[in-house]
Amino acid sequence: MKFERYGIGIAKGLRVTIRHLFRHPVTVQYPEQRLNISRRTRGNELIWDKVKCTGCATCAKSCPQGAIQIVTSTSMEENKYEVEQIEVDTGYCISCGLCVEACPFEALYMGYAYERAKYRRGEVVQANEQLLPSPQRQRSGYMYPKIADELPRQTLLIERITEEK
Amino acid sequence: MILNSSLNSIAYSSTLPPDWPGGFWWHWLLFTVIIIVFALTLVMGFIWIERRGMGRMQARLGPNQAGPFGLLQPVADALKILLKEDIIPAKADRIVHWLAPVVAFAPALMIFAVVPFGDGAMLADLDIGILYVVAIASISAIGIFMAGWGSSNKYSMLGAMRGIASVVSYEIPVVLAIAGVVLVAGSMSLNQIVLAQDIPFILLQPLGFLLFFIGGCAEINRSPFDLMEADSELTAGFHTEYSGMKFAMFYLMEYAEAVAISAIIATLFLGGWRGPLLPPWLWFVLKVIFVFFIMVWTRTTLPRVRIDQLMALAWKFLFPLALINLIVTAIQILVWPDALPWILVPINLAIMALLILLWSKLFKLGWGRVEV
Repeated sequence: MKFERYGIGIAKGLRVTIRHLFRHPVTVQYPEQRLNISRRTRGNELIWDKVKCTGCATCAKSCPQGAIQIVTSTSMEENKYEVEQIEVDTGYCISCGLCVEACPFEALYMGYAYERAKYRRGEVVQANEQLLPSPQRQRSGYMYPKIADELPRQTLLIERITEEK
Repeated sequence: MILNSSLNSIAYSSTLPPDWPGGFWWHWLLFTVIIIVFALTLVMGFIWIERRGMGRMQARLGPNQAGPFGLLQPVADALKILLKEDIIPAKADRIVHWLAPVVAFAPALMIFAVVPFGDGAMLADLDIGILYVVAIASISAIGIFMAGWGSSNKYSMLGAMRGIASVVSYEIPVVLAIAGVVLVAGSMSLNQIVLAQDIPFILLQPLGFLLFFIGGCAEINRSPFDLMEADSELTAGFHTEYSGMKFAMFYLMEYAEAVAISAIIATLFLGGWRGPLLPPWLWFVLKVIFVFFIMVWTRTTLPRVRIDQLMALAWKFLFPLALINLIVTAIQILVWPDALPWILVPINLAIMALLILLWSKLFKLGWGRVEV
């Protein structure tokens, strides 16, 4: 004899919903509240280390989208290449992280950004100084566990979801 | 309290002879205004309760941006809808398409004419009050069918036909459940029914309440019986082709009918405006909101039924139970002609449990399938 068919199932369901009424919602009120994103996230921008970069253009070759452009010149007195122009069109970037994996000198990192919608296509292109790290442009721990250890842990929960703004 | 006293004074004046100079028209004007304000305010409140309550039951917040706690969300929605373009399909039957929202909405408002907000505080104390409610409530089905027909859209047509099917089928158990209440109260006037409820009829007529609640939900096409606007199957059902103010009328109708059914349930089964301490109109509003909350609760819990399940539930489950309920009530009235004693409360509850168990066991869908 199955009791599910005598309204018991409905009663169970009603109990579940009424319990949800008195618990905290799980949704995040996005612009006001943000979750900590993964420490190994592949964000929508690249962070470039000017000192370590040798201008070998491995990143540009590894990019499946051809979104990275590097122009170098030879510097005879320092006996190395000098990067004249590095340009990343993040509009083409598919966040695959291959450039970061390919870089032999640990000069390229994925960023944390995910809110980079712009009105003009030209505005999503980043070049030279715009690629350098800054407090707003944190390096993510993708490919670099040491950096990941320093970053805040990812959470999927917020202490208390409130109505305040 | 001011409203209460004015309600009482109007209630008093309504007992005056109808040829009393001016009294009739003042009564008419005041209660028309009260009904419109009551219905529209509660509609906005209900939209808020539904969206926020349903949100919380689904572990989310619901609309919270417009005004404090999202209270102004219905206002924002109304403003947005008012500014929208009014589109009429090229092949639509223009007059029918234009008339449908009015025909659908007006009856929902007309129901309140006989709903008492206090002792005798109502627009018209009709002796056939509940009959009037049943008659008027069915009219909006015509409006819905006009909408479905006039849009010349197959989704609209399907939705409207489903709506008609459910209204016609569920009218019968609803009316039979009402008949039980009328037998116990000995009157069809809603005010007399409230006055007769020394024991709330939900206790004397638990099965009748259940039938009326299910049937009422089905008749106003609330989830889980919202087949006629099943979004996943029929885009939006009968109001697919409506936009702008006409859509707003349908939206308003949906909630005005919910207010109306809640008010009728509160009046018939929960003792209407009767209650201790608080003023009668407040008791009434509280009960209406309580009934609507239960509707939201069931809506959140239950998935939408299929059309054959809808029909099977009406004809194989609710209809026989309503008949048995009517017969049992009639026998009880014959045995205790003056007033039903308290002892009947547990007896009726036991009868309800027994009948539901029995009929759940007998309940089958088409071709004798037991499982869904």
